[in-house]
Amino acid sequence: MISEAIPSLIHAVPLAVPTDDTWITFDVDSLAQNFWSSTFDGLTFGAIYALVALGYTLVYGVLNLINFAHSEVFIVGCYGVFFTLSALNFGPSAPHLPFWAIVGNLLLALVVAIIASALTAVVVERVAYKPLRKRKAPRLAFLITAIGVSFAIQYLIYWWRGPSPEAALTMFRPLPIFDVFGTIIDSQQLVIIIAAVILMVATDQFIRKSKTGRGIRAVAQDPDTATLMGVNKEKIILTTFAIGGVLAGAAALFYVMKIPSGVQYNGGFILGVKAFAAAVLGGIGNVRGALLGGLLIGLIGNYGQVLLGSSQWTDVVAFVVLVLVLVVRPEGILGSSLGKSKA
Amino acid sequence: MYRKKALSVTAVAAVALGMLMSGCANQSGPGTTATSGADGGKVNIPAISKVDVPSAAVLPAGDGKGKCPATTTIAYAGAETGPNAQLGINIFNGIQLAINQHNAANPGCQVQFKKFDTEGDPNKATGPVTQIVSEADIIGVVGLPFSGESKATGNIFEQKGLVHITPSATNPNLTKNGWTTFFRALGNDAVQGPAAAKFLTDKLMAKKVYVVQDDSDYGIGLGTQTSQALGSAMVGSDKVVTGQKDFSAVISKIMNSKADTVYYAGYYAEAAPFDQQLVAKGFTGSFVGPDGVKDDQFIKQAGDASSNSFFTCPCIPGELIPSFESEYKKVANAEPGTYSIEGYDAATVLLSGIDHGKQTRADLLAWVKAYDADGLSKHYKWDSTGELATPDVYGYKVENGKIAPIGVIGK
Repeated sequence: MISEAIPSLIHAVPLAVPTDDTWITFDVDSLAQNFWSSTFDGLTFGAIYALVALGYTLVYGVLNLINFAHSEVFIVGCYGVFFTLSALNFGPSAPHLPFWAIVGNLLLALVVAIIASALTAVVVERVAYKPLRKRKAPRLAFLITAIGVSFAIQYLIYWWRGPSPEAALTMFRPLPIFDVFGTIIDSQQLVIIIAAVILMVATDQFIRKSKTGRGIRAVAQDPDTATLMGVNKEKIILTTFAIGGVLAGAAALFYVMKIPSGVQYNGGFILGVKAFAAAVLGGIGNVRGALLGGLLIGLIGNYGQVLLGSSQWTDVVAFVVLVLVLVVRPEGILGSSLGKSKA
Repeated sequence: MYRKKALSVTAVAAVALGMLMSGCANQSGPGTTATSGADGGKVNIPAISKVDVPSAAVLPAGDGKGKCPATTTIAYAGAETGPNAQLGINIFNGIQLAINQHNAANPGCQVQFKKFDTEGDPNKATGPVTQIVSEADIIGVVGLPFSGESKATGNIFEQKGLVHITPSATNPNLTKNGWTTFFRALGNDAVQGPAAAKFLTDKLMAKKVYVVQDDSDYGIGLGTQTSQALGSAMVGSDKVVTGQKDFSAVISKIMNSKADTVYYAGYYAEAAPFDQQLVAKGFTGSFVGPDGVKDDQFIKQAGDASSNSFFTCPCIPGELIPSFESEYKKVANAEPGTYSIEGYDAATVLLSGIDHGKQTRADLLAWVKAYDADGLSKHYKWDSTGELATPDVYGYKVENGKIAPIGVIGK
């Protein structure tokens, strides 16, 4: 009697979650099998995270402000891409256009997205943050304002475009390019990774070498001294927001390329959180850290997902690794040092 | 100086972009190199053009002699907005049509109709439902459309003895809660899952099915039912989450498994990008989804990729019933969608009770319990748990960018 009662008691515990019994697997074979495809997909996403992460990191470096509205700056860029390409008769199916026409159209979409995102970023700065700065508001006020602006933009889009995602937009049919250890790399992944890397290097060089970049680093290091040395602080802040917007706009093009039905009023939110995590992982305020963090978040999430056998784990694994890294290196992998980076 | 650099960077990017995409533009057929292992799914199943309508179907108009107080109200609770709103919209337009027809035919009984938005979200549904049960004029409810929200709110209806008929929630466990006020106007997933499995293996001739389910009560329940029924025809399974947009990891597993067919248990909001990305990666097999995927929104969001898709649904193709179709169009300005006719029938059950003088919550509940008559879509007679006797499951396919019924499946 008793000996029967005990096993049934033990069984009662897993039955408390009766949904399914194999929700954690630890599948090393699957990881080995899918290693390269996970890697390239992870890098593709990582590149997009990294571009968005740059926006968080630059603004944080200059203002010590976490611009939560940056995910909406990004999604406005996605809408820019969507409307441009819709107007150019792109639709759910891959277009039948000569090759250069597609390149031209995509570049146009890129320009529109960049303008839309940069404009949004600048308007947010001017309307939401500058008045607070003028009145010397405490930092908490900025944070709450940022969250508020984020929701305001989301629901403006919701009110305008409704809850459903926009129809899918296929820019071109991904074409297999070459084979790495049995995994096919397609043109889409290559376009995204290469274009994103070019943008990242350009940003890094811009911050390090250009006059404006020097201004940004000066303001990040010590705003008051920078002002005394003749740096126009307000102009630098505005430029920083604009650069973040430009990169978010470019990321938007790549994101819609990868996820054609991702244009939705709240579609930037999760991506924004992950990009922010990427910035923190690499060291917030640090340009190269944001790049590294973005790629890592993309990779780790994908590996974890394959290893644990469910997409439910992508974000969990990415954030657990983030926490572990922060325990060891609270400053992030490369440290937070926009101001300190050498020219 | 920076400007020059930016220009040259843009130029380099353009060239790189160009080199990589060369030749992609003019291809529209399936990729030649990146294909899935087996070539499954190109089985041609013809569409059907009519369904049998029960000859003695009860219609909302009744005999035109209904008498009821002007405050008599029935309510719809379910998604009006939210990512899967379209299913809810299909339903309340069906209800609206039933009420319009009833009120036009019965001058002595003008039933009010109230809609409450749950966004299809279990966390948000308790508020509107609490509101409904507290409004004394509401004596019957059609809803809730989704399984998760139904599970979350069943107790609230139960406590207030308010009868509610779901036109679309299919999780089998919903009728195992001992609720006496819950009725289901269609087959559940314990019927749909095995029917889907039989459809996959017998009709689509699938040898290797990959089952993917989402994290909703509905997706988990249906995924489990279908996997069990598939047995050895299932080569692998995976789970995705609500709101997921990127399916690359799942897709690489599917491609590596050489599956010829993918079965997705979940809703169209995730199924559309999933199918789209699957086809973009070179998958040439069939994509089969349940009632939660069967919606025009799926085709709109997945684009061309959706031409590989089939759906299973315990719902009747209302668009094939001409009288219903033309009247529905006037109300909704659209073709009847998934569950439009189930919503219409469920409302008819309540309305005919009201016409028969069942005008309190207790009377109407007793009426539904004892109900035994044909509706436009099927016969309605519930057992003590609130399930119908032998509901049919229909198959559908995507043909020329539209959903076309292919008849009863799983028999």
